Amino acid sequence: MKRLVLLTLATLISHPAMSADSGFPLYDMTPDLTDQSSLQRGAQTYMNYCLGCHSLQYQRYKRTAEDIGIPESLMLEYLVFDPNTKIGDLIENSISDENSKNWFGAVPPDLTLYSQLKGGPEYLYTYLLTFYEDASRPLGANNLVYENVGMPHALMELQGVQQKVCKEIPKLADNGGQMMDALSQAYITEQVCGMELVERGYSPLQLVENSGRLSPEAYEQVVYDLTNFIYYVGDPSRLDRERTGVFVLIFLAFFFVPAYLLAREYKKEIH
Amino acid sequence: MSAVEQSFKNFMSWIDDRLPVTEAYEKHLAKYYAPKNLNIWYYFGIFSFVVLANQLLTGIWLTMSYVPTGEGAFASVEYIMRDVEYGWMLRYMHSTGASAFFVVVYLHMFRGLLYGSYQKPRELIWILGMLVYVALMAEGFFGYLLPWGNMSFWGAQVIVSLASAIPIVGEDLAIWVRGDFNMSGVTLNRFFALHVVLVPLFLLVLVVLHVLALHEVGSNNPDGVDIKKTTDEAGKPLDGVPFHPYFTLGKLPGIIVFLFLFCAVMFFYPDGGGYLIEHPNYEPADPLKTPELIAPVWYYTPFYSMLRAATFPLLGLDAKFWGLVVMAGAIVIPFVLPWLDKSPVKSMRYKGLASKIMLGLFVISFFILGYLGTVHPTPLRTLLAQVCTAIYFAYFLLMPWYTSVEKTKPVPERVVL
Repeated sequence: MKRLVLLTLATLISHPAMSADSGFPLYDMTPDLTDQSSLQRGAQTYMNYCLGCHSLQYQRYKRTAEDIGIPESLMLEYLVFDPNTKIGDLIENSISDENSKNWFGAVPPDLTLYSQLKGGPEYLYTYLLTFYEDASRPLGANNLVYENVGMPHALMELQGVQQKVCKEIPKLADNGGQMMDALSQAYITEQVCGMELVERGYSPLQLVENSGRLSPEAYEQVVYDLTNFIYYVGDPSRLDRERTGVFVLIFLAFFFVPAYLLAREYKKEIH
Repeated sequence: MSAVEQSFKNFMSWIDDRLPVTEAYEKHLAKYYAPKNLNIWYYFGIFSFVVLANQLLTGIWLTMSYVPTGEGAFASVEYIMRDVEYGWMLRYMHSTGASAFFVVVYLHMFRGLLYGSYQKPRELIWILGMLVYVALMAEGFFGYLLPWGNMSFWGAQVIVSLASAIPIVGEDLAIWVRGDFNMSGVTLNRFFALHVVLVPLFLLVLVVLHVLALHEVGSNNPDGVDIKKTTDEAGKPLDGVPFHPYFTLGKLPGIIVFLFLFCAVMFFYPDGGGYLIEHPNYEPADPLKTPELIAPVWYYTPFYSMLRAATFPLLGLDAKFWGLVVMAGAIVIPFVLPWLDKSPVKSMRYKGLASKIMLGLFVISFFILGYLGTVHPTPLRTLLAQVCTAIYFAYFLLMPWYTSVEKTKPVPERVVL
């Protein structure tokens, strides 16, 4: 009975991930902390494109370098831009709250714990893929995941310009199949826009060809690496913790055997 | 007898003349006879000792690096997570331990309901245990503010502001508790003092009294039979075995299984999908930014649901006040349980159908209330919460009636193995 209740509760709780801000369904993103080259590329993108506004104020350069396998000298030479910064310093920036409020309407959040704050890396991953051109916004960009966000599309030179479009897609019949013209045997299409496209499984965005430096696949990789890196920064001891956890559980499993044999001897005496 | 044994004996007799160590050892461990039919439900008291030790030890080490100020608290937790050697382990042991504490204590309390462990002569054990539970809720509440995350802030804000619903003195009371007109570093400092000094002191004293009272009357068992009634010539209960080693080393495998489950959560799912460490707590407290959904941690959610279930004003007092009354009532009413149960038998094994149905409904409604406390209220959910709150209270308030009219089964003379 209790199991049934728990099962019912579990079904009630679980629902597909979507953005709490806009309801846009989040893309899957499986981080891989063992992929050091991905983390290194992510760190590189972060330092070049993000750090100017978004600090990682709880994380240190040294720890980052050690964990993701960048020698300290290379880290200092290529990824630490302020000559006064030492390897043991926290990853901070020099943008003031007042300026950033004036420029963007809000203080850019520190991103050290951002992936946990959003319940996983999927939010950030989807967010970075869904910027689009919007002339009505002060900085010309809007986002599907975070509507009317103050941030410009910082990676636009890599991705290029995406536009929100309406698409001609097959019209669905009442039975769920594609509607067909009885005479010409051609599929009947209809024009669909915005969230309805999303619900029907289409992206409402279209990339302006050759507007960015990278191909869509290469850009997705950049975003994956960056998200992977921010996921790592959120809990840098994660790999260490899971490795230790395995040993602890193995130890307990082994310890169980003599403890069980001892307990069995005592149990024999209870009649 | 070897020379070493002889000198140890001399040493102990020197001590015993001055402090009854051997006597205490025998009374509480070696010659404390526990019923031999104790089943799996009797593990949770032992587990709560394990968790208590864990909380105290990890708590001490966390205090060494934690900064109890509004400016430094959040960053110091991340400092512990990143820069302190094994700091992440101490912190996760403590945060997972908090939830584990409530898991084992809830199951321990359910055991009491199941086998009538609160009945005469164990009323005081029950009351002391309830005081431990209330102290634990206070400890958890104060502790949850300390990371100074946004949910820490808003959760405490909601609960402290409840005080302001009390007529006349409410507003002043809330300011007195906070030490400020709003939640602030002042509140954080005092919650820190209460969390690390006052409440743990209470908790330890209460736990000791709980155990002393237990050892005075002896443990109940799944049959609810008094094992002291049948003894051998030496006065040793025939159905009892010494607590040590049978319930210490003898229960070691169970403790290891518990530690295995605990470590599995702690090492692999420390934030429990947002249920053990809530997602909004990953950003610092911000009085200008209310989390989308303010929900307490799971162990308070049944009571939080009951608080929200009161939706209409009464006698000129607003709904918030009645919510507070309902919630406080839900915590207070179990205290008088020993005098509500009129059944001639202790254990659910020999009680009638009505008791079984009521206990079942009680547990189900407690689970449902717990779930409802984690989500946004809707009219239907509020109605469900009201029904479950009614069941929760009915379990206690109708108990004198249904336990006295139902037909019970005969209780055996000796325990059943």
